Amino acid sequence: MAMTLFYITSAVAVFATVMMITRLNAVHGLLYLILSLLAVGVLFFLLGAHFAAVLEVIIYAGAIMVLFVFVIMMLNQGQKTIEQERAWLQPGIWIGPSLLALILFIEMLVIVVLDGGAETGHVVNAKQVGIALYGPYLLTVELASILLLAGLVGAYHLAKPIIKIEGKS
Amino acid sequence: MNGIPMEHGLLLSAVLFVLGLVGVLVRRNLIMILMSLEVMLNATGLAFIVAGARWGEADGQIMFLLILTLAAAEVGVGLGLALQIFRRFHTLDADSLNGMKG
Repeated sequence: MAMTLFYITSAVAVFATVMMITRLNAVHGLLYLILSLLAVGVLFFLLGAHFAAVLEVIIYAGAIMVLFVFVIMMLNQGQKTIEQERAWLQPGIWIGPSLLALILFIEMLVIVVLDGGAETGHVVNAKQVGIALYGPYLLTVELASILLLAGLVGAYHLAKPIIKIEGKS
Repeated sequence: MNGIPMEHGLLLSAVLFVLGLVGVLVRRNLIMILMSLEVMLNATGLAFIVAGARWGEADGQIMFLLILTLAAAEVGVGLGLALQIFRRFHTLDADSLNGMKG
């Protein structure tokens, strides 16, 4: 049973990724990318990594994709945006991602009906991850926080508007 | 161990990684290149999760957490760079950025 779910989810992930890299429009690619990430999240759940599955949905498919949407919005200013929006909102665009999302939703329903018995392998729960994270990996957590701080400062500096300096262009 | 064989999980991870690599090499839009990079990082995270599930250790999920941190920092800086390139050159074509100053 879990094998079938694994192969269906793998097919959804690969198909969504192929559709993502072949879309001409960045927004359409983004829709398929979200589906690819959600499929990998279901795979994490099937592999027994519940905490990683939740993080995948919240951070990857939630926060990072919101960043992409913001940047795509900021790069498409002007009057021609209205015609673009009209072209992007054709009903046919939504069919592919909606079908893939429906497949993933049905899989989750099947897992819930099976009462969570669909995991294979060893379930590594959030408690074990937390104990290891704040035990032997404490220094790594600090390094990750420094990396995030550097990313924050770098993104703030790079995304600032160009300031004209006297004597230079 | 009656679950998913590790080879299949690693194979899926490799397929996703190669698809992301193909996206980086083929597409010339900077946003699409960044999205393909996300796919590649996600595929490496999947490999770590598969290995962690195979041996029942928490280290795989911790490596996935670190990859998640790296991806967040990378996408923040990368999208800032894309914004700056669009402001200076009014395009997102990676091939139009092949000139150097000085």
